[in-house]
Amino acid sequence: MKFLVYIETDSGDVVASSWEALGAALSLSDDVEAVIIGDKISVGVEDVVKRGAQKVYVVEDETRQLFDLERHLADVKNVLDMSGADAFLASHTSNGRDLAAALGADKTAGVIADALELSVDGDKLKGVRGVYSGNILVDVTVDGSPQIATLRPRAFAAAEDTGASADVVLVDPANVDSPYEVLGVERTETGEVSLTEASVIVSGGRGVAKDPELGFDLIRELAGLLGAAVGASRAAVDAGFISYDHQVGQTGKVVRPDLYIAAGISGAVQHLAGMGSSKVIVAINKDAEAPIFSVANYGIVGDLFEVVPAMSEAVREKLGK
Amino acid sequence: MRYLVCIKQTPDTAELPKITPEEAASGKFSVNLVVNPWDELAIEAGLKLMETYGGVTGAITVGDEGAIDALRSALAMGCKDATLVKNVGADVSGVADLLAAAVKKDGDVGVVVTGQMTVDGNSGSLPVVLGRKLGWPVLTGVAKIVDLADDSITVERTVGQARLTVKTSLPAVVSVNKEIGEPRYPTFINIRKAARVKAPVLTADDLGVEVPAPVVHMTNFRKPPARDAKVQLFEGSPQEAAAALVDALLAEKVL
Ligand SMILES: Cc1cc2nc3c(=O)[nH]c(=O)nc-3n(C[C@H](O)[C@H](O)[C@H](O)COP(=O)(O)OP(=O)(O)OC[C@H]3O[C@@H](n4cnc5c(N)ncnc54)[C@H](O)[C@@H]3O)c2cc1C
Ligand SMILES: Nc1ncnc2c1ncn2[C@@H]1O[C@H](COP(=O)(O)O)[C@@H](O)[C@H]1O
Repeated sequence: MKFLVYIETDSGDVVASSWEALGAALSLSDDVEAVIIGDKISVGVEDVVKRGAQKVYVVEDETRQLFDLERHLADVKNVLDMSGADAFLASHTSNGRDLAAALGADKTAGVIADALELSVDGDKLKGVRGVYSGNILVDVTVDGSPQIATLRPRAFAAAEDTGASADVVLVDPANVDSPYEVLGVERTETGEVSLTEASVIVSGGRGVAKDPELGFDLIRELAGLLGAAVGASRAAVDAGFISYDHQVGQTGKVVRPDLYIAAGISGAVQHLAGMGSSKVIVAINKDAEAPIFSVANYGIVGDLFEVVPAMSEAVREKLGK
Repeated sequence: MRYLVCIKQTPDTAELPKITPEEAASGKFSVNLVVNPWDELAIEAGLKLMETYGGVTGAITVGDEGAIDALRSALAMGCKDATLVKNVGADVSGVADLLAAAVKKDGDVGVVVTGQMTVDGNSGSLPVVLGRKLGWPVLTGVAKIVDLADDSITVERTVGQARLTVKTSLPAVVSVNKEIGEPRYPTFINIRKAARVKAPVLTADDLGVEVPAPVVHMTNFRKPPARDAKVQLFEGSPQEAAAALVDALLAEKVL
């Protein structure tokens, strides 16, 4: 099966989970091509070329600096025609999701959305995904051409730099009018690790309530030492302790880190819906009966205002930071 | 202007862990069904549009007869009318066809509002598919509606780690997220009124839609493997416990 993998860029930089989509394709086929669309992406192009795809289609244009559903979709359709790929893969980011859904709609093709596993069965892709907020798993196949799948960030191993080289094909940007006019761009988490891409997350809940500012300062300090992202429960967000973009759970972000540290979070099912598939879960809670302990691998029953700084201290000592 | 909010009836999130593979496969549940929580936000957004810019907000769902309860909730929150389109086992593509036909039949819809995703289907793709079928622009991840004019809408979208202010032409499809604002509580009087409402029920035939065969096939519904979690607790002073915990995490190679 021949794959075309979408390498997403944002203001010139490759979105890291794109490498996972490329890695998934390379693990399934020897016949893998990639398409990268953006503006000022020479560094990204050099990077793709080394990661094992045979051919890399490049669409570079000022109008492609930010993702634009109309333009990027038209470019992808052009490249699909040139490549003749049987399957199209993207990471299940907001933009990847939108692009794949639109491509599926236009081609009357189904999408295996947010796949956790992927395999090839004859001329079809077969995915495994979660439904009912991860409480049920299903096998998914789709009709149509190309076979389309988006992949859950952090569920697949990223393609590495193998020192390989690929043919680079420069493609003219598709000549389409976009109905979208971007009037402003603001970066919300500058300098912070993104939750969906993080391998370690430290989250705080209503347990910080007696001094929310200090509580999240302590959580940020530990996160900083671990190179971790900062998460939160809905109760912490709704109380105004931290902004919504940090919310993990049913109506927040779904995350999949190697390590999730929940401090002062009870472990409601809606919170678990967002972090239940973390590899290792650590609970810090002063209530030994809190439900979070029934999904945690490690725990400390205690006051987070004492335990979290003690963890920072231990990390400093043991990792020499 | 007319605003139409797409809602779906889904299992109560507190009960999702109780759903069995058989229930998931058949779509028939013993658990309590409610308005998909993201769609309560969509209703809120639709009502705010009506209050701020004038016009009429209605709700629509593709579902079975029981979904009338979800529509009643939308009416109780303040939607002015509600439409039930009978589902016939359609997947996202078929649901979008039905909704697209209903939107066109409705007449002068300027904005279709949807939730970010369903807590059962979890795909978040319907607004995009619907937009493509209607030939309308789609704005996903909408955190705030900044302005609505006769022929354009301006919103703030959150995408990855950026917040974008984007303007597009009307009619359009927008999917909203939690920053749009807390969904309001239904009022007593609206609950009373809603209880008596009979929503018009439209079939695919009424809409002149030939529902396409599903293009997404799900099989082998199963529970995910249980978390093998027997929690190991660390005791002693906070310093002792924290040090032992960090050692364990280093041994696990997750730090
Ligand atoms: C439709 C719907 C969607 C939802 N979506 C989400 C979602 O996306 N994300 C989410 O998180 N929730 C969500 N919820 C809410 C969820 O049900 C819980 O209310 C929420 O997760 C509770 O947050 P919490 O654990 O921080 O607070 P609580 O449940 O109040 O728990 C606080 C915990 O902190 C502990 N504690 C208190 N003080 C200390 C201290 N000093 N040191 C250590 N521990 C301490 C307490 O023992 C307690 O266990 C949703 C609910 C609904 C109905
Ligand atoms: N059967 C349906 N009827 C009406 N609206 C729906 C239906 N299914 C999904 N939607 C809308 O589309 C959004 C995204 O759904 P999904 O793509 O299933 O995650 C939901 O939040 C609803 O607003």
